Amino acid sequence: MKLPAAFRTSKGLIGTGLVIAILLVAVLAPMLIPADWATKMDMRARLSPPTLAHPLGTDQLGRDLLYRVLLGTQTSIFIAGAAVLMSIVIGLPLGLISGYAGGTTDNVLMRLVDTLLSFPALLLALTISAVLGPNLHNTVIAIGIAFTPFLARIIRGEALRVAQMPYVEAARTAGNSDSRLILRHILPNIMPAIIVQSTISLAFAILAEAGLSFLGLGTQPPDASWGLMIQASRDYLDRAPWTALVPGAAVALTVLGLNMFGDALRDALDPRSKGAS
Amino acid sequence: MPDGQTPLVSIENLRVEFQGEDGPIVGVEDVSFSIAPGETVCVVGESGSGKSVTSLSLMRLVEFGGGRIVDGRLEFARDGGVVDVAQADPDTMQAIRGNEIGMIFQEPMTSLNPVFTIERQMTDGLRMHRGLSAEAARARALELLRQVRIPEPERRLKQYPHELSGGMRQRVVIAMAMACEPRLLIADEPTTALDVTIQAEILSLINRLKRETGMAVLFITHDMAVVAQVADRVVVMYRGNLVEEGPVQEIFAHPKEPYTRALLAAVPRLGEMRGKSAPEPLRLVGEDEHRLTPTAPAERGPLLEVSHLTTRFPVKGGLFRRTVANVHAVEDVSFVINRGETLALVGESGCGKSSCGRSILRLSQPTSGTVLLDKRDILGLNDRDLRRAWADMQMVFQDPFASLNPYMRLSEQVAEPLTNYGLARGSEVQDRVAGLFDRVQLPRSFMSRFPHELSGGQRQRVAIARALAVRPKLIIADEAVSALDVSVQAQVLNLMMELQAELDISFLFISHDMAVVERVSHRVGVMYRGRLVEIGDRAQVMESPQHAYTRSLLSAVPIADPARRTIGEDMNFRPIPSPVFPIGHEAAPSVYEEVAPGHLVLSTAFD
Repeated sequence: MKLPAAFRTSKGLIGTGLVIAILLVAVLAPMLIPADWATKMDMRARLSPPTLAHPLGTDQLGRDLLYRVLLGTQTSIFIAGAAVLMSIVIGLPLGLISGYAGGTTDNVLMRLVDTLLSFPALLLALTISAVLGPNLHNTVIAIGIAFTPFLARIIRGEALRVAQMPYVEAARTAGNSDSRLILRHILPNIMPAIIVQSTISLAFAILAEAGLSFLGLGTQPPDASWGLMIQASRDYLDRAPWTALVPGAAVALTVLGLNMFGDALRDALDPRSKGAS
Repeated sequence: MPDGQTPLVSIENLRVEFQGEDGPIVGVEDVSFSIAPGETVCVVGESGSGKSVTSLSLMRLVEFGGGRIVDGRLEFARDGGVVDVAQADPDTMQAIRGNEIGMIFQEPMTSLNPVFTIERQMTDGLRMHRGLSAEAARARALELLRQVRIPEPERRLKQYPHELSGGMRQRVVIAMAMACEPRLLIADEPTTALDVTIQAEILSLINRLKRETGMAVLFITHDMAVVAQVADRVVVMYRGNLVEEGPVQEIFAHPKEPYTRALLAAVPRLGEMRGKSAPEPLRLVGEDEHRLTPTAPAERGPLLEVSHLTTRFPVKGGLFRRTVANVHAVEDVSFVINRGETLALVGESGCGKSSCGRSILRLSQPTSGTVLLDKRDILGLNDRDLRRAWADMQMVFQDPFASLNPYMRLSEQVAEPLTNYGLARGSEVQDRVAGLFDRVQLPRSFMSRFPHELSGGQRQRVAIARALAVRPKLIIADEAVSALDVSVQAQVLNLMMELQAELDISFLFISHDMAVVERVSHRVGVMYRGRLVEIGDRAQVMESPQHAYTRSLLSAVPIADPARRTIGEDMNFRPIPSPVFPIGHEAAPSVYEEVAPGHLVLSTAFD
């Protein structure tokens, strides 16, 4: 099988490579590294800079940052990925129907979304998490719901724009049903916006998880997640900047990889970019 | 060029390249021509011919679009001697741009900055190039606005661009270009985005300014009719090369090159259909003469009967987005289209012709009236029955780049109506699609392509194939050829006429182009401010127009014949008033007077 041209660009290759690497770490790290390596404290080496014993340094409790960041990958990626997936699953039909139907349907749906939007996403997630109780799945639900309104809004705007295009009107007079119009004519044309928004949302979801953890509602210490590590590093930024840099770099690499991957995916789906590279 | 005169501009062997993904792309290959002082040179060509690139090179603006002047000289005669613009340093260029060479761009909506007042935009250049004080610059701006005949110039200075109409804005742009009394005015498609009456005003304005100031004009256009009206000399370009150059009478009367001949043959000329009863295909160079021609339809009864059709769009405003006024887009319009007949609806932008077409299909919901297609009441249908009714009437849209789904293969898009209406199934579908591609003269290899791989004209053929798939009785063509180059436009028009002759389709042909309308239609309806002001046989409306608006519209149309210059030096048309009326406004019914059998003229006065 030949790779689509869009993935054969340097950007596409790096993006795909990063995404695969991160997924591998997320799956394999907990299998290969004993869980307590990430929580083992070494009080004599607190806030140690990178050394041979601790290649990426240690945190305020002398825990090895390399193991923590590797073992935190799964939690962070799972929570962020599942939450964003959830917000797409809810937000996509909401936005599509709202933008396509217009009128009263649009008004009712969007006022609902506006209500959600009027709460800060983190506060919303906090409330949901507090009501449902703190555990992994509820964190996913909380972040997923909190992120839904943004996505629904963006998809609605795009659907509204695309629904007015002559090709959609032409497809309508070609006898297409509403569902086919939405799925075959509108959805492919708003995919680029969905892909871009999703990759951005993933980054924010990783950080949102940190916010919840910080308040005791997400990942519970001593377990590791990237967000929790960034949160914990705040007080030591002046003395031990690596405590923030290590998980920060992990988030940055993930977002970068996803962005490049997302761009390549978008190009691969777009027939206009075929042949050009 | 007259002998013994130093040219103002002399372009020699100009070559411009753009950086493409796979190496340089040539925009202009090898072009040489000159412009004498006080002369109007028209550069004419179809899209991609390099005509705009040539004019932008003269200002060195081409560099801002990623282009590079690779070779050639661009000599411009200044006071202090001749300067090669291609080699000039940035300071010299700044002194030349807007000062010695003025420029008018195509789109008056975007060539003015929306956040500055007219005064600010006009005085900037004056203060910069001429070092005028704020007071003096303001006085000069006023003088310029008077020169371009803008009503109430004092008030205009304080206004922002969005407060002015398109024609007014283009006058401001011209006034700005004229501000420093340039010796050369470059006009790049200055009237393409404008209505025909405003086009006539702007052309006459440029003609007058040219005579008064003695400046030379480099006029870029794709429109042969405009060329015939304004040019002294013509430069014909094709794919980055100069094809032919000569005095305008010479080019039109005795074109030497095959390309020029083909270009001229493709242009419909208003008035050339005089004395003919039926539409006639354009004779294209290099095509066989055996074409099916539509004949005058025998009286075979009406297909589409539209009566008292009214469409209004609410204008929402205020906190609760309540309706605060109504746009009266279509106001009490009635007409009939017979089987196998083409009715053209003409009018300027905002006259309601498109809304009328869309209302018949119910793509816009009409407010009242009746539409009968084959005696079936379209406006009374529910959604399901309306969908079925579309199998009898289809639409071809204006913009070929927006009317095909970029994510779907062409065969799939043409097949959609076939499968949706159950007209074919299984392998039969692909056969039918292939047949339709043959029918619109597209190679079958295009079937598996995506829209972006086709040119505008080819896409429009696909759109026609899709419309034909259901074997409709009526096709509404909404400005279906106005986005196309003239030669492609001619081919698509011929195709439509051929299809009509062969398949007995009726057309509602919506267009702003009187010359095209004259060519293709059996009957013509003229729309103005939402109403049909005149309707009748093509000969009746085009040759003996009765309504004042029809007359002024026809007088504004440029004719592609330099021997018949109709653009005077001072043309002024009444601007079209706003179609927005307060809620509850009672529009008077349209009353018609039958001046000849079948020739109706609106006698209701506009308020």
